[in-house]
Amino acid sequence: MKFVDEFRRRDLVKKLQDQIAELSAGKQFKIMEVCGGHTHTIYKHGIEDILPSNIDLIHGPGCPVCVIPMGRIDDAIAIAKSPNVIFTTYGDMMRVPGSDGSLLDARAAGADVRFVYSPLDALKVARDNSDKEVVFFAIGFETTTPSTALTLKRAKDEGLTNFSIFCNHITIIPAIKAILDSPDLRLDGFIGPGHVSTIIGLRPYQFITQKYKKPIVAAGFEPLDVVQSIYMILKQIADGRCEVENQYKRVVREEGNIHGLRVMQETMELRPFFEWRGLGFINQSALKLRPEFEAWDAEVKFEIPGVRVADPKACQCGEVLKGVIKPWECRVFGTSCTPETPIGTCMVSSEGACAAYYNYGRFSMAAQRRNIQVSDIPVIGEQ
Amino acid sequence: MCLGIPGQIIEFVHETNQIAKIDVNGVRRNVNVGLVLPDGLKVGDWVLVHVGFALSIIDEEEAARTLKFLESMGQEFKDELDELMASQIE
Repeated sequence: MKFVDEFRRRDLVKKLQDQIAELSAGKQFKIMEVCGGHTHTIYKHGIEDILPSNIDLIHGPGCPVCVIPMGRIDDAIAIAKSPNVIFTTYGDMMRVPGSDGSLLDARAAGADVRFVYSPLDALKVARDNSDKEVVFFAIGFETTTPSTALTLKRAKDEGLTNFSIFCNHITIIPAIKAILDSPDLRLDGFIGPGHVSTIIGLRPYQFITQKYKKPIVAAGFEPLDVVQSIYMILKQIADGRCEVENQYKRVVREEGNIHGLRVMQETMELRPFFEWRGLGFINQSALKLRPEFEAWDAEVKFEIPGVRVADPKACQCGEVLKGVIKPWECRVFGTSCTPETPIGTCMVSSEGACAAYYNYGRFSMAAQRRNIQVSDIPVIGEQ
Repeated sequence: MCLGIPGQIIEFVHETNQIAKIDVNGVRRNVNVGLVLPDGLKVGDWVLVHVGFALSIIDEEEAARTLKFLESMGQEFKDELDELMASQIE
């Protein structure tokens, strides 16, 4: 079995597996992993296969590519198609469908869209192309926001006026709150995000334990980390405790990264509300540039449509992102929506629940138990 | 873009811009170390790098462990390394 082979501490896993079975015996538990990185680990390493069937892992909204609403993709494409623009983006965003194609399609149609590894690479593109307007498509949770913030400060320091940022940064806490307030779902605990916690620390999660009385454990990304955090959540419940715990002490510090938080604060402020795919409009859940950085704000520099666009009818990414349905329960999963021809965002990013399930999860024993049938991707050109 | 990749600090390249050269699996590229410099970053330290920025200082054991885990990811890690290789941060 793939899972055991890739595990270095087999004995420890076995012990945890037994303890999890004992702690959860006879009861149903729904545990949400907030972060897409964890979803990826869960499916890739077959974690469902070593858990008892009464533990249900629910995939949360922590995949930044997945939660971006279609209207913002349309806005990005509108900027990319503006005259004299070089539009730069993380590779993951290239294939996300807007209402009329993706950034990749816009590039095929003649727009200058380039993918970059870092916002600092986008800054270099601006430096090297002083006769062009260079825009960076900034997306992501608190993990990537400080990077955008530092890039912005450097652009200002260098007086680089042909560079701007299309800011779509979102914050994880309001999304977790929206899920806790949603009547659709009853959760027993959370596997907290790893890298986001590196920046924000553990304090922002306290409302989950205090107000909603749910345990949360910030976890690392290895299979053992995820299994251990599930054990820690169940142990809290069994002990009658409800705390914010840190399984990922190797990297995450209680107070987070103060410099990261400070630079975000300096350059950005909360938007009154922002649309999330599947979760709708959430108050104070996203960031925009502060007025002092207006000269580097693509939303000020360019005319953008700003139109709200409903998801395609067939797509159920919204329900998947809220954890209401599983990827394989979506009408178009694995048929008209595949990683090669995605209809929804969850099939685009490798951290999206649908792509992770399509690539790995459907081959697991848990999937075989569910007895689902997923047709393979037809290879283009093959008869 | 969501992978955190461990790299070792080889040298400091530009003080004002907070740029250091790191080695990731034999690939040497510049990254911004502004978020971890105040923690006393020095040459030889390991950092977790995310979109060209060092997010946190980690110990050597954690770096080796993370690298091994990332290698087990196969194509996704290769893609991320390719993107890092294309990076030209100054």
